[in-house]
Amino acid sequence: MSTAALLDDPQLKARFGELKPALTAQAAVIEADRCLNCFDAPCTAACPTHIDVPGFIKRIASGNLRGSAMRILDANILGGSCARVCPVDVLCEGACVMVRQNHKPIQIALLQRHAMDTFWASGETPPAKAVGTNKLRVACIGGGPASLACAAELCRAGARATVIERRALPGGLNTYGVAEYKLRAADSVREVEMIRQLGVEFRCGVEVDSAAALEALEAEFDFVFLGLGLGAMQRLNVPGEDTKGVMNALEVIAAYKTGHLRELHGTVVVVGAGNTAIDAANAARRLGAATVYMLYRRSEQEMSAFDFEYEHAKQEGVQFLWRRLPVAIRPDAHGRLLLETVQVRQADRKLEVIPDSEATIDCDLIVPAIGQSPLTELLQELRGVEVRDGRIAADRETGQTGNPRYFAGGDCVNGGREVVDAVAGGKRAAKAMLKTAEVAHA
Amino acid sequence: MPDIGVRNFAGKINCPNPFWLASAPPTNTGEMIMRAFDAGWGGAVWKTIGEPVVNVSSRYSATDWNGQRIMGFNNIELISDRTVEQNLTEMAEVKKRYPKNAVIASLMVASNREAWHEVVTRAEDAGADGLELNFGCPHGMSERGMGAAVGQVPEYCEQITRWVMEAAKIPVIMKLTPNITNIVLPARAGVAAGANALSLINTINSIVGADLETLELTPSIAGKGGHGGYAGPAVKPIALNMLAALGTDEIVGKSGIPISGMGGIATWQDAAQFLLLGASSLQVCTAVMHYGFRVIEDLCDGLSNWMNDKGFKTVADVCGHSLHRVSDFKNFDLSYRAVARIDASKCIKCDLCYVACNDTAHQCIDLVSPQGVLVEPRAYNIRSNGKDQAIATRPQPVVREADCVGCRLCYNVCPVDDCIQMVEVPSGRSEVTWSELTENQTQVTEDWETMKAYRERVGIHIH
Repeated sequence: MSTAALLDDPQLKARFGELKPALTAQAAVIEADRCLNCFDAPCTAACPTHIDVPGFIKRIASGNLRGSAMRILDANILGGSCARVCPVDVLCEGACVMVRQNHKPIQIALLQRHAMDTFWASGETPPAKAVGTNKLRVACIGGGPASLACAAELCRAGARATVIERRALPGGLNTYGVAEYKLRAADSVREVEMIRQLGVEFRCGVEVDSAAALEALEAEFDFVFLGLGLGAMQRLNVPGEDTKGVMNALEVIAAYKTGHLRELHGTVVVVGAGNTAIDAANAARRLGAATVYMLYRRSEQEMSAFDFEYEHAKQEGVQFLWRRLPVAIRPDAHGRLLLETVQVRQADRKLEVIPDSEATIDCDLIVPAIGQSPLTELLQELRGVEVRDGRIAADRETGQTGNPRYFAGGDCVNGGREVVDAVAGGKRAAKAMLKTAEVAHA
Repeated sequence: MPDIGVRNFAGKINCPNPFWLASAPPTNTGEMIMRAFDAGWGGAVWKTIGEPVVNVSSRYSATDWNGQRIMGFNNIELISDRTVEQNLTEMAEVKKRYPKNAVIASLMVASNREAWHEVVTRAEDAGADGLELNFGCPHGMSERGMGAAVGQVPEYCEQITRWVMEAAKIPVIMKLTPNITNIVLPARAGVAAGANALSLINTINSIVGADLETLELTPSIAGKGGHGGYAGPAVKPIALNMLAALGTDEIVGKSGIPISGMGGIATWQDAAQFLLLGASSLQVCTAVMHYGFRVIEDLCDGLSNWMNDKGFKTVADVCGHSLHRVSDFKNFDLSYRAVARIDASKCIKCDLCYVACNDTAHQCIDLVSPQGVLVEPRAYNIRSNGKDQAIATRPQPVVREADCVGCRLCYNVCPVDDCIQMVEVPSGRSEVTWSELTENQTQVTEDWETMKAYRERVGIHIH
């Protein structure tokens, strides 16, 4: 797989150094020893992929690092990236029994990363059955975590899985959309390479955008898995939105991670207050913007970003403008931007503009980051695949859609959650497809 | 505060506290011993003086456990590799400078009367407060007919001790090896020979392990290895058992012979336990080799504070205080009943008690859901996601007391202090011991059918 698109950029490395350094081998053992080895552990229940957390941690303690990595990969093939991007405060670490004793939870994410990094350094591939030992053939549309997990699960069972990705590199948001200080694009690609070695076929730069394309897939494959993710970011729907200097959060993140955006200056305004908005705001600071505002139409209490992300943004020097709404964007005479805003207040369920609260912000870049709207165009082409509220309707246990040959998982089903949720969705769908095929052939 | 000094141990030995450095590497030279006294040690048993030796490298190996170093410590170092003359010259100097600290000469020479007479006399002339006869070294010296080779044969112990007693004017402490089936027999030999005190335990035969990279033993001496002597916290329970065996023996215990206890003492709690089971002086080595002489501070401080809390005024008050509780199984009350009780307010729901009871004990801990329903482990939904669901659905382990045999396994595995308590509950049966059963209802103890009938009659239910 070509990683030519990823430059080894020292400036990027320097500006987006890892938030949490890896544990040394001895620190990992000390931390692993601290784990109580709970039975039927709550951390495992809290993990959407139900990794046997005490199982892999005690293998670190015993020095069985290969076994530890296998324990992780058996449950979550993207265990390496999840170790870096999971919001563990609300997942495994949040459920750790140590918290009940007022002790620091076991650093599960760092231990998982230790096991996975060691495994990657060994150059080994997890064991898989030879592709073709199971006659099932599945196309996974979209190259993000849901499809990767689905395809890996299928391949490990001996089935044939092909991932179809429209961009140059697979990995989806893991490659293009996660803040570099959490997960480097290069690490995402390395993880995908491991999945390719399992026997997954990748077709990158291929857009599935017509009924004909779908028919071709249906002819080639038994099932189609939809790991489409979400579509483009929502527009602000204000005048001047297409002015040069307006660039949505995912575009900003993808651009700097692939070396296309290396420097910012002056003032940047991010509109929105979710986790992606924070990633973009922090990136703007690290790329050199002197002032970064996050503009949010509601209050601090209502922001959707995790608490630790909010804290992080404050530490990065991001400033917050609460209850402020963008109303128009226009260029000024010097090539900069003017963002017109008003103050709003909550009136019943509506936002009400406060009179005489207009304020114009001089800025150099405006970054809308107010959620992602589902990609619906393609779905309309899919016969029998029901879409509800912009999401693909799929069975909760199996991911099967209204069309029994189509399964789905990840953001396009759940509306946009964590990488680990996408992995869980892809894995469940793979198991369901394997089972369905087995029943059909029995 | 209590007086932790030792008065007239074995008749004549005095020191400011009961803690002596055991005869071992920390007492190799006079300079080291003087620094130890400066640090606060009450006494020191000089590294064994005797026959010519040559040591090897490496000499030590440890068992680490759960991230902690040196749970157990193995050595193959021999007795002092310095001459008798060198050691005794330094001993005289130490005794001159530190008259209030106890200096004991540990001795090991070939098994003949003249050799022992000579070394005893020379040590006395150097000013030693007492003599410790090393009948315990399990490695090297035993191959030459000394150390444990003597300690394992009560007749040899008695013979050599008699020779020593002929020449000795200062207290003689006979040191026992634990590498023997019945520790009481060499102790009785010591009593018979007129020894003034006993000390135990020396180190235990051991091989720490094999290096999984090189496949050689640890430590490896040019590719070879062999058994050494095991010490450190891991051996404490073995030492306590042997100490108690002497204190409760009708001959050794009744003789009133004082005992210097050692084997894994690392904390003041360990020290207090040795005193309670009959030691009146204490020896320490591994803890010092791990952390240095400074460990004496907490040993003294902690012991003193505990004695104060418990109302003990002197070390002699503590000595043997719990010995009367040491008994045999046949004397235990078979009708006493205790059950485990889990304090739900302290429980962190790690479920270690559940799995231990379920897999390896009596299946009497249930998992109860927050709705009060009995559930199986791993009952969470496959789609369960996040800490809130994980915590909200986590079941509580609850002891089914009617079925609990009171084995105390759960108590031992519980990681939270005071969360699981063993609570006495009325058994409804009158007190009875196995001895009494054997005597009064012999048939019950010899025949399963009669036993079954007996159990039914008194209401003992086996689950």
